[in-house]
Amino acid sequence: MEKVFEYPESLTRNQTHYCPGCTHGVIHRLVAESLDELGLRERAVAVAPVGCAVLAYNYFNCDCFEAAHGRAPAVATGAKRCRPDLIVYTYQGDGDLASIGTAEIVHAANRGERITVIFVNNAIYGMTGGQMAPTTMPGQVTSTSPFGRNTEQAGFPMRVAELLATLRGKAFIARVAVHTPMQVVRAKAAVRRAFELQAKNECFTFVELLSTCPTNWGMTPNEATDWLETNMMPYYKLGVFKDPDDFVPYSVTGG
Amino acid sequence: MAKVLMKGCEAIGEAAVRAGCRNFFGYPITPQTEVPEYLAKRFPEVGGEFVQAESEVAAINMLYGGAGVGKRVLTTSSSPGISLMAEGLSYIAACELPIVLVNIVRAGPGLGGILPAQSDYHQATRGIGHGDFKLIVLAPSSVQEAVDLIYMAFDLADKWRNPVMVMGDGMIGQMMEPVDFPEMVNVSKLPKKEWAADGARGRGPNIINSLFLNEVALNDHNFRLKAKYDRIEAEERRHETWGTDGDMDVLVVAYGTMARIVKTGLTEFREAGGRAGLFRPISLWPFPHRELGAVARKAKRVLAVEMSTGQILDDVRLSVGLNKKVDFFGKTGGMVPTPDDVLEQLRALTAKKPAKKPAKKKGRSK
Repeated sequence: MEKVFEYPESLTRNQTHYCPGCTHGVIHRLVAESLDELGLRERAVAVAPVGCAVLAYNYFNCDCFEAAHGRAPAVATGAKRCRPDLIVYTYQGDGDLASIGTAEIVHAANRGERITVIFVNNAIYGMTGGQMAPTTMPGQVTSTSPFGRNTEQAGFPMRVAELLATLRGKAFIARVAVHTPMQVVRAKAAVRRAFELQAKNECFTFVELLSTCPTNWGMTPNEATDWLETNMMPYYKLGVFKDPDDFVPYSVTGG
Repeated sequence: MAKVLMKGCEAIGEAAVRAGCRNFFGYPITPQTEVPEYLAKRFPEVGGEFVQAESEVAAINMLYGGAGVGKRVLTTSSSPGISLMAEGLSYIAACELPIVLVNIVRAGPGLGGILPAQSDYHQATRGIGHGDFKLIVLAPSSVQEAVDLIYMAFDLADKWRNPVMVMGDGMIGQMMEPVDFPEMVNVSKLPKKEWAADGARGRGPNIINSLFLNEVALNDHNFRLKAKYDRIEAEERRHETWGTDGDMDVLVVAYGTMARIVKTGLTEFREAGGRAGLFRPISLWPFPHRELGAVARKAKRVLAVEMSTGQILDDVRLSVGLNKKVDFFGKTGGMVPTPDDVLEQLRALTAKKPAKKPAKKKGRSK
């Protein structure tokens, strides 16, 4: 009988520490399946962030770095520039990438580093216990926005995929979600395409995945899924914001 | 190869190429920018790559990645830039990654100035970042020595799996001197780094990590690192002495280009019959405490000279003990003590003191 579903080789058998209902587990699996399907595991180097995924090196069955908070894209840059034959990816949350690491992600993207960035956006700081992130929704209550995010004082949620898509270079930039089976299938396609492009050293690749955090949102997993759909998806539009197939080479007159 | 006349910063770049470094990550800052400028041109000739980072914060983390996949990597910067690298250096030391960095020290604190200084001594020798860790710190006093130490720094970094800093001042970086370059290292013949996170092919994953949530494990990790630092302290102390054979009235302690200036002052002092010599630490960490202590026993007193307000004094006092008279002379802000300044200090310290204190003059003199 043909085996149609199995445990990915690119995941270790360690039990994760993620909370019930958290979508990190799903996202780990999508990355692992993509590495398996493309035969990249033995060339893969993961760069874990500081945040909930800080222990990702215990779960990905490939070589790993644990980076300082926000610096994963710089670490990945160093690894990839020194060994362009490796498949280097970062796995970062929204506090790591969109707050303390904004300089590193923007410049890695702008240099067109041939790396893959897996950006998990759950609109909150998870590991430190539910503080406001740059991605926290207007009015969203967190431990450091106890009266809800005040956009007058804290600004609006940062849309990183759109921001990076304004850069001139060739890139693959997409936003997906993983809260329904249909969205998981689409998310997988985006993650896989990112790694396919990196395997050809084509361009910078970035996939933002909208994610739930039932624990710090103070909801059941089902409520969290509904909240993501009602509150996050209208603001964080899903889709491909940039694709290397649409890249227009630079010309002095054409910009 | 015949000697070539070269600016310090460029010679540092060439020495790194000779030592097998093919990847440089850095950010422009005066007075060391000629290193990245040199390597941006030179690397393509040897299959290397220069990356201009968006900041020193990013640069040091690029080194973390590059060293972690097993390559010889370099960054150079100057004082304010080194401060920004403190975070990354702590991670690199914790993960025991071999990297080489150069600090062409400029005057601080804050934005300070762009002229030579030695006021990053404490920062370099006391660990720089958070946590228990040490950098190996080497201080050249000539362009030739800068070349030799850079070449050696890559070997030391690999040998000890530890960051190595070569600390010069603005003068080392900017002056031109004739230099001999060592042989080009055959990169493919360097020992394989089995620990590198360079793809888990036919083996289990290698993990470059400094997170230890279990306190016993972190305690063990720290004392294992400490044992390594103890071995480095035992094996890697370097210094030079000059004119210290006989008894001395004054032993001068100075490092880097300052030591050369001191030598000129000492030469004139000795030609006039003065008894004084020089102790020059080459490794600032590990500091040659025992060696300085032994030489200082032959001297009545010790004079430390540094382009700072006296940062090296801690190590000098540790070396010679509290019973030895230790004086300090320094200038900061880019002012460089001259040979005449040194001579004047030596004369003042060795002048025959009148038997009685002269009576205090009332009012202002002159």
